[in-house]
Amino acid sequence: MSLSASAFESLQMKDVGRRFGGRDALVDLNLTIRAGEFIALLGPSGCGKSTALNCLAGLIPLTNGEILIDGKRIDLVPSEKRDFGMVFQNYALFPHLTVQKNIAFGLQMRNLPKAEIARRVAEGLDLVKLEEHAKKLPGQLSGGQQQRVAIARAIVLEPRLVLMDEPLSNLDAKLRMEMRAEIRRLHQSLGLTTVYVTHDQEEALSLADRLVVLREGRVQQIGTPEELHNNPVNWHVADFMGYRNLIDVEVESVDERLARVAGAGLSVDATLVQPAVTGDTVRLAIRPTDLVVASGPSTDGRNTFDALVNLVEYHGREFSVAVTTTSGQNLFVQAEVAPVIGEKVTLSVDPARALLYHSELDEMSSEQRELAEVRR
Amino acid sequence: MTATTVTSSRSKSSASLSHRLAERGVSARLLLLAPAVVFGVALFVYPFLYGLGLTFQPLPATQDTFGGGLFANYLAFFRDSFTFDSVWITMRLALPVALFNVLISIPIAFKLRNKFRGKRNLQALLVLPITLGTVLTAQGLLIFAGRQGWLNRFLIEIGLIDQPLQLVNNYWGVVFSLVISGFPFAYLLISSYLSGIDPSLEAAAKTLGANWKQRFLRITLPLLAPGLATTFILTFVLAFSVFPSARLVGDATGETRVLALMAYRSFAEQLDYAMASTIAIMMGVVELIVIAIVFLGRSFLYKGSTGGKG
Repeated sequence: MSLSASAFESLQMKDVGRRFGGRDALVDLNLTIRAGEFIALLGPSGCGKSTALNCLAGLIPLTNGEILIDGKRIDLVPSEKRDFGMVFQNYALFPHLTVQKNIAFGLQMRNLPKAEIARRVAEGLDLVKLEEHAKKLPGQLSGGQQQRVAIARAIVLEPRLVLMDEPLSNLDAKLRMEMRAEIRRLHQSLGLTTVYVTHDQEEALSLADRLVVLREGRVQQIGTPEELHNNPVNWHVADFMGYRNLIDVEVESVDERLARVAGAGLSVDATLVQPAVTGDTVRLAIRPTDLVVASGPSTDGRNTFDALVNLVEYHGREFSVAVTTTSGQNLFVQAEVAPVIGEKVTLSVDPARALLYHSELDEMSSEQRELAEVRR
Repeated sequence: MTATTVTSSRSKSSASLSHRLAERGVSARLLLLAPAVVFGVALFVYPFLYGLGLTFQPLPATQDTFGGGLFANYLAFFRDSFTFDSVWITMRLALPVALFNVLISIPIAFKLRNKFRGKRNLQALLVLPITLGTVLTAQGLLIFAGRQGWLNRFLIEIGLIDQPLQLVNNYWGVVFSLVISGFPFAYLLISSYLSGIDPSLEAAAKTLGANWKQRFLRITLPLLAPGLATTFILTFVLAFSVFPSARLVGDATGETRVLALMAYRSFAEQLDYAMASTIAIMMGVVELIVIAIVFLGRSFLYKGSTGGKG
């Protein structure tokens, strides 16, 4: 399919905000999307990611800010004239129209000649491999097939921007993996510009060129999957990026970027991501994979501590193990060999892989944050 | 259960007879239906059959005039133009009223789908006429729209008309009364059908470039149509059996000489129970014909889920 996909150079969201009855659903979203990019909006439910998408689609008006395409304002253009394609969480297929007619709907709205519509519908069906289902009603299809119809319906229009609102959340695990690959394939082969909303960090990491992590309507971090995965800026992003162990500890000493922290039955060296001074309470974030398990009581290592095994889950290649430290703090670790429940083990962690964050997620603006850092 | 599974289970017959019967819904629990059956037979089936029987026992006078033996009442119904014209008189009232109630309810139900301040009060106001009853409605209409009513006096006062408008005691009086009593039903039904249509369908149509007219005609209306047909039938049946308002705010001997009035006349004035029953039965037949036509049309419509997932 030949696409005029890059119909714009860049789309800019400037201080976009949306309030619902006095409650801020989205605050000051600033984001520039380049043509051909795959952007994922990531966050827990109620974080404002769907609001952001609906604002982009024009289904909800903005409370403040503006949206620009190549410098031209589009946030006042009605949804039906924006030329974006949208895929809904519940697919939103027209139940009374066949697959074919669903896909043709947008093309008919554009008053294209019949032959052109037929050609493009055939291409769309081919793209999502649903040719043999063309004459069926959506109700006769499986969830994955319905989702493919929804995608085809959005992309046959050759939209400037494709918006996807948790398109895979209603599918089972296996189908989700397949459709994920399918979406990535379509994005790459057609060069579509896509904004994708999800609460699944794995989905976001595997699909997106850049991620936007949102919490309570505010952007926490924008970056490539690598950046977010390796250097989350606060504990909330870290939590989302698989730092399952979040422990509140106290700073005992600081040496440049490295700090000695203690609490919850452990005392380790860790890396300060956000600045802190001796005596501060900070949040220690460690991935289960970064906690190395050795059986038996602790040897002399500086960054080791003891724990008791209390739960072992089989995960195919490795085991997910829940342990309790001497002071009763629960931790999750991964082990290649299954430990025995009730066994005493020694855990060790590389100081570079143990990250320290402020325990409050500051709502300060970047300027305020800079000021606070200077004051320290 | 399909026939094949029944026969296969019978050929194996490993389950006990009572078990197999229970699987097809036959068990002691059926006895719970007994009170309802007794009620239904005593209050509907028997009186209905009795009335039907009455229609085949014409008075000698009817037989003398129209002949036809047992079927004299039916011959009278069709041959006596005074009676038969009443079918058209009733139709002329019920069809436009039902159509109007359905059509006016669509935009109102649409507007009231969104949330806004005072929505509950407005809805209550729209549904209120259900509680009024026909007599109160008729009384109100006579006071409001009569020759000396507020409306006419106001219109004359501001100089819009010279002579009072004849709005009651004729065709229009009954139409107004039927709209007032039928609209709440139509509105309630249509708004519940409308709320069953997933709003994301319209959002999807919007992002695909459809303007409000295209969204309504191509998405909402086709999904709403079966509901509209059902609503039409309900309001039609309500309007077709109109009796009190045809008498109170209508022209009972002329324009609004509806079938119910004719049946009442035979029953109370001519003491011809057989003819009254015949008219009642024929009312049912005419209604069934209209319902059959509407349902035939409805059968061509899409009637599946409207929840968006297809």
